[in-house]
This record gives sequence, structure tokens and C-alpha cells, in this order.
Amino acid sequence: MHEHDVLVIGGGGAGLRAAIAAHEEGADVAIVTKLHPVRSHTGAAEGGINAALREGDDWELHAYDTMKGSDYLGDAPAIETLAQDSPEETIQLENWGMPFSREDDGRVSQRPFGGLSFARTTYAGAETGHHMLHTMYEQVVKRGIQVYDEWYVSNLAVTDHDDPADRECHGVVAYDIKTGAVEGFKARNGVILATGGTGQVYDHTTNAVANTGDGAAMAYRAGVPLEDMEFVQFHPTTLPSTGVLISEGVRGEGGILYNAEGERFMFEYGYANNAGELASRDVVSRAELTEVNEGRGVNDEYVYLDMRHLGEERITDRLENILHLARDFEGVDGLEEPMPVKPGQHYEMGGIETDENGETLIDGLYAAGECACVSVHGSNRLGGNALPELIVFGARAGRHAAGADLGEAEITKGKTPEIEQEDGLDTPVEPGAVGASDEDAVADGGAAVVEPDETVRTAVERERTRIEELMEKDDGIQHAELREDLQKSMTANVNVFRNEEGLKQALEDIREVREAYQDVYVNDPSRTFNTDLIHTIETRNLIDLAEAITLGALARDEFRGAHWRQAHQERKDDEWLKHTMLSWNDGSPELWYKPVILEGEAKTYEPKERSY
Amino acid sequence: MSTQVPEEQDQEQPESVEQEAETAVEEEPASHGDRRRAERDAKRQQSVSGAPAEIEGDTFQLKVFRYDPEVEGKMEPRFDDFAIPREKGMTVLDALIYARDRYDTTLTFRHSCRQAVCGSDALFINGRQRLGCQTQISDLEGPVRVEPLPHQDVVKDLVVDMEHFYDQMHAVEPFFQPEEESDGDLEEYRQTRENREKIKMSTRCIWCGACMSSCNVAAGDNQYLGPAAINKAYRFAMDKREGENMKEHRLNVMDQEHGVWRCQTQFSCTNVCPKDIPLTEHIQELKREAVKQNLKFW
Repeated sequence: MHEHDVLVIGGGGAGLRAAIAAHEEGADVAIVTKLHPVRSHTGAAEGGINAALREGDDWELHAYDTMKGSDYLGDAPAIETLAQDSPEETIQLENWGMPFSREDDGRVSQRPFGGLSFARTTYAGAETGHHMLHTMYEQVVKRGIQVYDEWYVSNLAVTDHDDPADRECHGVVAYDIKTGAVEGFKARNGVILATGGTGQVYDHTTNAVANTGDGAAMAYRAGVPLEDMEFVQFHPTTLPSTGVLISEGVRGEGGILYNAEGERFMFEYGYANNAGELASRDVVSRAELTEVNEGRGVNDEYVYLDMRHLGEERITDRLENILHLARDFEGVDGLEEPMPVKPGQHYEMGGIETDENGETLIDGLYAAGECACVSVHGSNRLGGNALPELIVFGARAGRHAAGADLGEAEITKGKTPEIEQEDGLDTPVEPGAVGASDEDAVADGGAAVVEPDETVRTAVERERTRIEELMEKDDGIQHAELREDLQKSMTANVNVFRNEEGLKQALEDIREVREAYQDVYVNDPSRTFNTDLIHTIETRNLIDLAEAITLGALARDEFRGAHWRQAHQERKDDEWLKHTMLSWNDGSPELWYKPVILEGEAKTYEPKERSY
Repeated sequence: MSTQVPEEQDQEQPESVEQEAETAVEEEPASHGDRRRAERDAKRQQSVSGAPAEIEGDTFQLKVFRYDPEVEGKMEPRFDDFAIPREKGMTVLDALIYARDRYDTTLTFRHSCRQAVCGSDALFINGRQRLGCQTQISDLEGPVRVEPLPHQDVVKDLVVDMEHFYDQMHAVEPFFQPEEESDGDLEEYRQTRENREKIKMSTRCIWCGACMSSCNVAAGDNQYLGPAAINKAYRFAMDKREGENMKEHRLNVMDQEHGVWRCQTQFSCTNVCPKDIPLTEHIQELKREAVKQNLKFW
């Protein structure tokens, strides 16, 4: 059994920042990641980091923009923490050597981004995430922090108390991808989940193949609520054939969207008369799809993003990476032609419920980054707010897990007296587990175990059994087929535009995939680098998360942020200023709600009509 | 082990697969599971070993290196052939995924971002190091031959052991070491645009290992730091924010037996770099700087 003070699961932006912070607090910290840290998906982030650094800007403006962008579904304490901590964290990266783009005076450059009232997005060309990831990995190397790379964490070691709020996390179970060994990792102080996004729930996504929401699914099954999962961000500019992201920086620098008739549709059809192309992502995504649906799309599929007028010099200076992406993945020369773009899944606003210190409902279990929901993004994330989230909340989770006192959190976790139970949601099928109630969540069945070593050992045994069963079965269904069915249904039914019929269809499809998953088997008998096995376990996670997204979306009969419902095209503040919460109770999701916190440090944010 | 295989062997269709397929045809597929199984077996029959004719339309042949140290019948390295339907915009990675998901789920390779930034799918494709995700099938002549990166131990199929590569990267103190501590209080270390421009290309490295694999010198000298690690050292040595003393220290690290002087300016690293980093130029520049530094003592 491996043993450390703090275990960080995931080696992307949030994980690396958490590890560095825990190390600075004096903890013995280790990173466990199924990739190698430099392969993490943070490296694909392009745009930048929002931070109020300059005269004329301040954290309160950043907080206001973020709250407005969230369509008033963010929690004020989280949003204000993000805006307050981001400048220091951003400059910290600079001090670690991150190669930011520079102004004439040698300071870091900032540029405009969608939904921001000030040009506060700091950036490093159009490859900000790559530089952020590598800069932080360099600091991990410098500090000698132990990294277990290509170890797949497949379950948490959580005690067995009936009430999830009484449970404790003592470590994780991980599978050594290179050798096939299943081993326990004990955490004396805490486990931090930093496992990233869930993009693989969809078949057209900017996300890496590795983004299967493992951390969120594991925490969910161990009893931690998932929050606001229905809010999935679709990025308006992805390449049609692959889903590769074309940064919002293109529009930030002045890129223009045209339909097939050459009309600048954001203005022409009144989607955003003030901000035009720089309206927030949900607004632009809907505008593009409306153009396509009304017959003004190119090849009935996409629209054009044009940056030619910016000139070669400016493009090469600030957006060079975009030229490479357009050329390599779509065969288009961005200097000569407009680029084809359409919306694609990009970011999961919801996730593991945490407070602003990264703590979850389960003692000793933390989460940060895209897998977590603090919540700063509410129902719609502004461009340039994901990277500050990683460093701000990664650092806080790391410090707190290592024992630092960050003060009492204002955001509550779990059920409080104010909660509201959803009853009578009309679902076409009973959601949740099929057959065995919950074969692989540790916090289920058996006698209550509290001794940490024993908890980890028990978890390891269960995981070994699960893996053996998957491997020994010699016929059945393979993960790739199930994953494809799931992704197709989610893309068809739980996309930018949503209606009741589609959402119900998706639930039926998810149920069918869940049933078929009982028959899943691993074809590859090898213990060496068995990606067949890893993808099979990941697919189970995708099923649980797809269901959480769809259930939340079906229940929320209003239009807010990224969540649009055909029959409910207005925001219903009287009824819906609340977070969707899902708890996994013995294999069946339970839906409940908790109120949004709009009361900030100095003022209360009043919901207003969101226009750009 | 070497990635060169003396003889290519066409694989016989495993008997068990044929039997399964027959059974599936006889029975009336009822459940979701049975239906999918029947479809899968039908597809599998079309796969591999000279049965491409069953797929309609334009297909190409994908020859993939196979090896597994612990599975009977795979311990002896071989090539498998897959018939892949040609699609517009298809990359080598897409073809590998197609082969794995439709024909043989045991086919093993690393991949993640699909957009040339995670650096995990550097492969030896038609005799050259390239990223699978960045290589269009339409740019290649058939059959498309995919092998693991040469000069690295093969773990399984297309997966190579990257430990040595990481060790070399770590050996050059790959982290920023500024002369003085920052004043804190939101103070940047100011950097001129020109200096950022100077190091820009060197910061693009995605640690894919293509350059190391292509380097004849690295192949013969296991201790040679290699183009990627030297480029990483360049990135810091040329960053003026580190200061002169640190630059001297970095040049000393480069000016060693297995450092910059091993480079024989063959340009193979530069030729294969998927991020167009002028690696050879960077190594040459460090050689010049190292010479200049030594001359100071005269």
C-alpha cells in the first residue's frame, strides 16, 4: 500500500496547482494520473486567464461579469473568491516563468473576451493552457513531488456509514496501466479529485478522449452530490470534422462570423446587437444553430469564422496556433479563407459539489477544477474563467487538504433545512442502476468500517474482484459500441436546443446502455497496458454522468444560460434560482435543490435581464 | 527490443471468431446485446487478412505493428492488416481508432487530445516520426504502415516506454530559476517582446519524443541529452529573466560530454518536430554560446 499525506488524482491544471500548494504547506504529496501530467487536457486550453490586474479594472467588476455570465446561478462567495484570488495566482504563474504574451512595457498582455466589461484576459498566444500546464509541471519537478503516471484511479476508499455526510475518504484504489497491478493508496490527510471534464459523454467535443469524468462519477457513487450537471457549455467555434477548438481569442481579436449568405448574422438577425460576436458562448452557439436550422448554414451544418482582415502580422503574433489547427485538422488556410465552425461540447459547468475551500460532503475528500462545482460558472461559463478556476481552487484545495486554515466556508454542502425535494418528475423509465444495486461504490453494503488501512484494503479487494470479473468474462458486449450509442443519443437529444421529448428519449437510451453494460466484457486478456479495460471502466462513468445531465435537464423547465428548453423560453427566477443536486442512493439518483447564494461581500447581486 | 520485424506474417482469422459468427447468424438476434454482437462479428469478419473486398467503397490498408509480452501468439512481433474505409479528413489516429473499435479491441496505442497538443501519439508512420492525430491519410501512400517510435523499448503494440525520455527532460533542471525573488505584490518579471519572441518556439515542445526517436546520435549514445531536453535548456538559457549567472550555469550543463557537442547537425529532429521547433538551430546556438563563455576565461 502506498501512503502519502495528500493524494491528488489527476495531473492537469487543478491537480498540479493543488499538489504544489499542498507541498508548500509541508505535506508529503503525490499525484496519481492516468496520463502523464504534460498529456493533460489543460494543455489544449487556448484563450487565457481572466484576472483584474490593471488600472480601471478590479475584482468586483470581474465578479459582476461572472455573475451576469452565469445567468445568476453562480454562488457569490465562490465567484468573489475567484475574482479576488485570480490576480495573485496569475502573477504567480508569471513568476514561475510562464511565457505570457507581453506589452511594450514588458508586463503581461491582456485582451477582450466574450461577456467581459474590461479586456482582462491574460494570455500566452493562443496556447495559454499548454504553457500553464508545462509551467506548473516544471514546478512539480523542481519540488520533487512524486508522480504516479499512467496509474488509473478506478475507485475511492470511503467508509461505509449509512449517511454520506458521516463517511470519510482514506484513499483510492489505482490500477497500474503498465503492469496491471491493482494497489491501494492511502491518504493521511486528504484526497483531491482533479480529474477534469466529461466531454466524452458527447460525440462532438473539444475534449480529449481521456475526459471521461472519472472523478465526478466516483465521488457521486460514493455519496457526494453532483451539482448543476445539466449546464453543459457548447463552444460556438469548433472545427466541424473533429471538434478541435478554435479559440474565442479569434473573436476577441476581431474575428467575424458569417452565414452562407455572407451576412454578419449576430447583428443582421439581432442575436446580440451590442456585443455581436463577443456575446457569451451560449448566445453565440444558439445563434449559429438557428442560422443552420433556418437554412442559412453552410452545407446545412456550419457557419464561417473569418479572421483574414486582421492581417497576417497580428494573426501570427496572437493566434498563430489557430492557423496550424485550421490547416492540420480542417485543411483550411486561415489567412486565405474563412474557417468553418459549429458548436461543440466544451465544458461541464456542473460537477462534484464543493465549498470554496474545495471540501466535499465526505470528510477527507476534495475536488477542484472542471470536475468540481463550487459554483463559479453557474449556468454559463465566461471564456477565460476556466484557467483561473483551476489555479484558484486547485491552490485552495491543496492548502486545505494539507492542513492550512482557510477559514469557515460560506457555501454549505449536502442537505440543509432549506432544501427542496423534487417529486413527481415524469421519467419514461426508472433511472439508476440495473440489477445489483451498487456493486462498485465502496460506500455500500457490509459492516461499517472506519479504520483507514482496512477501508483502503477493502476497497482494493472489491476493485480486484470487479476487474477480474470483467477480464474473465469471455463474451458479451464491448465498451466501444455502448459508448457510441450513448454519445449519439446525448448529441441528438441533450444538446444546445432541448425539448421534453428528446430528453426522455435520451433517458430511455441511457437506460438501454446501462442494461447492456451488465453484459460488458474485456476482450484483451493482457495485463500489460490494457486500454480495453480502462475504456470499459470509463464507459460506466460516462453512463452515470449522462444520466445526471439528462435528469437535471428534464426537471429544469426554464431557459437559463446554456440550458435552453423549447417549451420554456424564459428564465423563471421565482422558481429556479436554485442548484440542481443529484445524490446516488443505493443505485438510484435522488433529485433535490439548494438555493443560490446571491449575497456577496459588499452587495447582493440582483438578477437582471442578460443582454449583450 | 527492436521495432524492426524480419518478416511480415498475415494473421489467420482466429477460429473462435468464426465459430461465434456462425452462431450469431443462426440465431435470431433478439436483445440489444445479441444484436450488437451479431453486428460486431459481421464487421470482424470483414477485417484483417485480405478480406477488404467485403467493405463497399474506397478502402485502404493499414499495417500495424503488434506485440504483447504476455499473450500467447503475440509475443512474436508481427504486422496486422486492417481494411479501413477512406473518409475525407481522416487521420492516422482516426484509422487506428477505427481498427481498434470495429475490428480488434486489443489494439493498443496512446492518444488523448486529438489536436497535436498532448504529444502522446507520436508514432513511426510510413518510415517517419509523426503525430497520428496530425497526419492526414490523404497525405500518405498506401499501405499505411504504423510502428512504435524506434529506439525506445516497446511495451505493447504501439506503446513505447517513455521513462528514458522523461529522465533526460528532467536532467536539464527544466524549471525557471530567476536571479532574484519577485517583489511579490502582483509584480511581474518584466520581459521584452523581443525576448519572448526569442524563446517562443522553444516553449512549444509537447514532449512527444519524435525528435529523440529520429536522432541517430541519441540512438547510439543513451546518455546524450537529446534534442528535446537541450531545447528545454535553451528555453531557459535564453530567457533574460533568469540572469547571467544562471545562464552560465545552464551553459555548463550543456557543455558536457553528453550535452550539445554530441549533436552532429543532421537535422533529423528538426525535420520531424510536429510543432516546427528549429531544434538543430537551438542546439547550434547553445554550442556557440558555450564557446563564447569559455573564451571569457582567456
